Amino acid sequence: MATAEAAAPSLSVSGLQAWYGESHILHGVDFEVRPGEVVTLLGRNGAGKTTTLKAIMGIVGKRRGSVAFAGRETIALSSDRVARLGVAICPEERAIFSSLSVRENLLLPPRVAPTGGLTLERIFDLFPNLAERLASGGGKLSGGEQQMLAIARILRTGARFLMLDEPTEGLAPVIIRQIGRTIAELKREGFTILLVEQNFRFAATVSDRYYVMEHGRIELGFANADLDPNNMEQLHVRLGV
Amino acid sequence: MFFGHAITAQQLFGQLLIGLINGSFYALLSLGLAVIFGMLNVVNFAHGALYMMGAFVAYFLLHEFGLNYWWALIGAPLIVGAFGALIERTLLVRLRGLDPLYSLLLTFGLALMIQGLFQNEFGASGMPYAIPPQLAGAHNLGFMFLPNYRAWVIGFSAFVCFATWFVIEKTRIGAYLRAATENPTMTRAFGLNVPRMITLTYGFGVGLAALAGVLAAPINQVRPGMGVDIIAVVFAVVVIGGMGSILGSIITGFTLGVVEGLTKVFYPEASNTVVFVIMAVVLLIKPAGLFGKVA
Repeated sequence: MATAEAAAPSLSVSGLQAWYGESHILHGVDFEVRPGEVVTLLGRNGAGKTTTLKAIMGIVGKRRGSVAFAGRETIALSSDRVARLGVAICPEERAIFSSLSVRENLLLPPRVAPTGGLTLERIFDLFPNLAERLASGGGKLSGGEQQMLAIARILRTGARFLMLDEPTEGLAPVIIRQIGRTIAELKREGFTILLVEQNFRFAATVSDRYYVMEHGRIELGFANADLDPNNMEQLHVRLGV
Repeated sequence: MFFGHAITAQQLFGQLLIGLINGSFYALLSLGLAVIFGMLNVVNFAHGALYMMGAFVAYFLLHEFGLNYWWALIGAPLIVGAFGALIERTLLVRLRGLDPLYSLLLTFGLALMIQGLFQNEFGASGMPYAIPPQLAGAHNLGFMFLPNYRAWVIGFSAFVCFATWFVIEKTRIGAYLRAATENPTMTRAFGLNVPRMITLTYGFGVGLAALAGVLAAPINQVRPGMGVDIIAVVFAVVVIGGMGSILGSIITGFTLGVVEGLTKVFYPEASNTVVFVIMAVVLLIKPAGLFGKVA
């Protein structure tokens, strides 16, 4: 059930190119995410999935092309301005601040919208472990707790477009299930989520649509409903090791 | 005997007081340097010159605008801090991401220019700045006379240092600063205007230097060379405490002031070098400084 009070913006990316220093990583990425969807970027290591998220957020060295939220072009905006449009990222390295306590980490991102964020009570319902660790230092958490904190941190700000970069990487199955339930819950609440995953079996439990990336481009896009043997074979070819 | 002369209590407490006074200035100045270094990775060699400017602004506020010491205590840090923010916006911002050596050289050049301009305009000799009437006089503590103004400088400096530490370590604004120090890219991606925080942080560190300058004006006179005289010791304090450590710079500042004062009592010949000797020893044993984290 989508909440009407804070509509999630749509994302439309076209011809997106990005560089880290001299290396040209994205060579013209085109895709879109509609309001309330969970869309997953799949692809091998080095295909450009993480760079795509960072380029959308505006935290790569240089980017070109078009990134529009709800029709508003953001390619020339700095990352703090993009964030203020209701876009939030949970990066692969989690980026928990070790010089801040868990509570300070959780409360760090400023509100970007007056409504649409989860209350702290709701967040602690989703991640009960965090409530017990509030006074701990950010550097003292286990990998699973860090991941929960990294997700929890972007839920209370009112951002309705969330980008999660490999949220299950290196985590125990029980925690992966907890994160899966969380994503499903956020989807029910009308958040729009752009996911990067290596773990297709996990992605298949939460996603509406997929894009497969290779060499800095989108090579294939399909919906969960279209997962027929032909598509699966294509996927195996492109993701298989 | 090692000490060639008898030491009176008067002498001991007198030097202890001078030590605490100097320690107050060391603490305020090295605190500003620590705040600036932590956030900007800039070794601010202009700090002494900005401290001197603080004293001069106090002097001008009084003699040109009739604004007394208490106004200067607010006005000088604001004016000099704004000047610092301008330096950051126009000059330091261009060196961001480069080796800290570049900003060190830039601020060193700025220090020479500022000091040279003031020397050219006002000469090398000092101009007196009167102790505010509310703080004139002294109290007899029984074992010594404590001038009111000196007690005020020590107490107020300690308060400002504590307040700065509190804000940085215990408040929301401090959490923003610590986050931006640790990972500016992600902090900005959460919607915080990190470049503005950097400018304000530099302005604040510079403001602390100017505040120290105002406090020093009635004690040391207002002279263009006052910054150069103190800055070498302050950098030694910073090295001993550990570059970038907030609490370390405060504790080390006060402690080394006292150590210097006591050295004057027990072995006056070493009083000008004791801080540097301690610095050398600390560098040999703990290169990151007493409170510094090893990178």
